[in-house]
Amino acid sequence: MEFAHILFMGFAALAVVAAFNVILQRNPIYSAIGLIVVLCSLAAIFLTLGAQFIAAMQIIVYAGAIMVLFVFVIMLLNVREEETRVDKQKYLKWLAAPLFLALLAEVMAVVRYVNLTPQPLASANGTVENIAQGMFTDYVIPFEAASVLILMAIVGSMLLARREQKEDVERIEKALTRQQEEEKYEEEVAA
Amino acid sequence: MVPISWYLALSAVLFTIGVIGVLIQRNVISLFMCVELMLNAVNLSLVAFSRMHGNVRGQLFVFIVMAVAAAEAAVGLAIIIALFRSRETLNVDEADLLKL
Repeated sequence: MEFAHILFMGFAALAVVAAFNVILQRNPIYSAIGLIVVLCSLAAIFLTLGAQFIAAMQIIVYAGAIMVLFVFVIMLLNVREEETRVDKQKYLKWLAAPLFLALLAEVMAVVRYVNLTPQPLASANGTVENIAQGMFTDYVIPFEAASVLILMAIVGSMLLARREQKEDVERIEKALTRQQEEEKYEEEVAA
Repeated sequence: MVPISWYLALSAVLFTIGVIGVLIQRNVISLFMCVELMLNAVNLSLVAFSRMHGNVRGQLFVFIVMAVAAAEAAVGLAIIIALFRSRETLNVDEADLLKL
């Protein structure tokens, strides 16, 4: 057994155990920690596949930005009381295990019988240079579309998470009427 | 060299775990994390195929998927915050109306 096999098996086992941790924990903060472990071990597997840039992005964007957002929201909303609530649909849990096995068997059969011809890999090196070469020549339109999408997401999430502020509207109206009164007063004084 | 089907099998296992998580979790934040898990499983198979074909286009696709996932997380968590403000719960069974 080569070193690469041992590396892959180790990180794959870590990822699968942490993924089970994500779905079996009741408290979302433990799920988040499990998901961070999955993301980091997937980043290591990306490194073994020769995708250095994607591995770095995985750590920076996923484990760094998205998961911090998740943990922030979990801590912002007090979810402690949710754990004591009774589930309305308990039968889904009993459906889950056979479904897991059926789906797994199906996907494994596809992976096993599909005709994959491994090729000698010299040029598939995911350095920043190679990625940028593709991204800013052939795939510049998806790149720009992604930037527009992120802009829309920023505006949309600010709009959605904003508090409904009736008091603010009232305060602004009050300030406007006060300003109009002051202008009227100044006009009277001038007259 | 590790055969490409091992990576695909790992990707399939992670995706399946994500699907089951969506079924058994009732907390909307945990459910959202299971969706992220599925996205990552697909990213792994894209990188593995990129390696198999010997070019970096699959990795470009993974980059775009990551941008979409970031946008999705931001909008989804904003929706979750709005939902929690109006319903005072994170249980998905409670959130069955479009109306706030």
